[in-house]
Amino acid sequence: MDLSELYRDVIVDHNRNPRNFRPMPGADSHAEGFNPLCGDRLTLFVKLDGDRISDVSFQGSGCAISVASASLLTESVRGRTIPEAERLFATMHALLTRDDATVDVAALGKLGALSGVRAFPARVKCASLCWHTLDAALHRQSEPVRTE
Amino acid sequence: MSAASVTPVPACAPLDVAAIRREFPVLSMSVHGKPLCYLDNAASSQHPQCVIDAVSDYYETTHANVHRGVHALSQQATDLFEGAREKLRRFVNARSTREVIFVRGTTEAINLVAQSYARPRLRSGDEILVSRLEHHANIVPWQMVCEQTGAQLRVIPMTRTGEVDFAAFKSLLTDRTRLLALTHVSNALGTIVPVQQFIAEARKRGVPVLLDGAQAVPHLEVDVQALDCDFYCFSGHKMCGPTGIGVLYGRESLLAAMPPWQGGGDMILAVSFERTIYNDLPYKFEAGTPHIAGAIGLGVAVDYLQALGLNRIADAEHELLEYATARLAAVPGLEIIGTAPQKAAVVSFTMRGIHPHDLGTILDSEGVAIRTGHHCAMPVMEFYGVPATARASFAFYNTPAEIDRLVDALALAREVLG
Repeated sequence: MDLSELYRDVIVDHNRNPRNFRPMPGADSHAEGFNPLCGDRLTLFVKLDGDRISDVSFQGSGCAISVASASLLTESVRGRTIPEAERLFATMHALLTRDDATVDVAALGKLGALSGVRAFPARVKCASLCWHTLDAALHRQSEPVRTE
Repeated sequence: MSAASVTPVPACAPLDVAAIRREFPVLSMSVHGKPLCYLDNAASSQHPQCVIDAVSDYYETTHANVHRGVHALSQQATDLFEGAREKLRRFVNARSTREVIFVRGTTEAINLVAQSYARPRLRSGDEILVSRLEHHANIVPWQMVCEQTGAQLRVIPMTRTGEVDFAAFKSLLTDRTRLLALTHVSNALGTIVPVQQFIAEARKRGVPVLLDGAQAVPHLEVDVQALDCDFYCFSGHKMCGPTGIGVLYGRESLLAAMPPWQGGGDMILAVSFERTIYNDLPYKFEAGTPHIAGAIGLGVAVDYLQALGLNRIADAEHELLEYATARLAAVPGLEIIGTAPQKAAVVSFTMRGIHPHDLGTILDSEGVAIRTGHHCAMPVMEFYGVPATARASFAFYNTPAEIDRLVDALALAREVLG
């Protein structure tokens, strides 16, 4: 069991200094994610310019994996179209959950740092919560999302 | 079948922890290449070889259904099963085995009382009292029965140290109160509730009392007659017994007046389509084939704990608690949640800047097993304004060296996450 696979430098950095960690007045959509068993809770805000995500931010509290994952998400989906963001969600889901996934980790950039989470099954739900929450925000789903 | 493999020793002698540890096979396991350091006993304790043997011996040599057959195995299985009931009776000092009902665990025991005792009696405007310290298992069954009957759930507040507010309790106790359901020892914080004074107050008003003893029975000597409670609920798997078996103690006069909870075999004397005659206590509440092996294993766990001596177990665990509290309090950024003067060997804590879930993973990488999360006590977490805590809980087989490993692993967590 190699802790440094889970808590890579990028993840530790984004946990300590989460990016786009702010409320968003006038957001076009927002959604809530809450995993009651571990206490991870976040709200994700999205501003859209037509089909394009022009701004994305989050607030909340949780473990290092959930905070870093949300922070990395905001950096990686800003400027993307909704279909592009959805494809990225599918890729991240495969990266986090499937041993046989043929994901080009290098092409994911910083998000690739989350590939170590797969070896810690109890933590996959922490990393995936923000992605399911983004999906809910893009589909204007009002019920809170959970992944546990 | 062998009883406990430990020879009783004088009450003053401390426990031989090294010898005890050799009797628990799991304690010599490795996790992630490190010796297992099992500090999650409040969630579930481990099993000595004698309990494991009792269960496997039963399946290898004695299994048959109980209370039914005239054949040899059925007789033997019945004798072992009822023998276990007698051990459990003595364990909590019930007056009679008619007051000892085998259930799946504490949760089922509380649900049984909620549905069979409370539900037929409660009317709109009646009140049930619980404390803020309760495990969800001593909240939700009462919420359900309140919904069914129109009764109200009233919550006794807790204090900053994690105690149940006795003065507030007295003012909440009214002529509308129909039952007090109270934890004996808090699972989330370890607080030992001075239940005698709550029971005495409830008695004055004729209010029956149910105690959730899941965390108490492994650590304290429990005497239901001395406590003078009406119901006492506990689980086998927190006291070195198997999972899926537990006990509801109930005062016979109350149990006798309660309708059965579930219908089926074993709980009847005679069935026709016109009329069914229910069986006597305790079988009236034991529909279906019970967890025979579990009950036998639990009986042997009782033998084992009694041979060690509950008082000596309590002393050993108190020493561990004091050592752990002192060592953890010295960890920078660590805050102990729950500081009642009387505690079982449980330390709940948070670390500044590190979520409990990350602590759990990092400690696990060092072989240290603790619980992280809300501990099925979300109102307690909400009270302290935390989403979760880390909880180390000790049993008599733990050692100060294991507490040192816990503290070292916390230093590693600080190193990893800063």
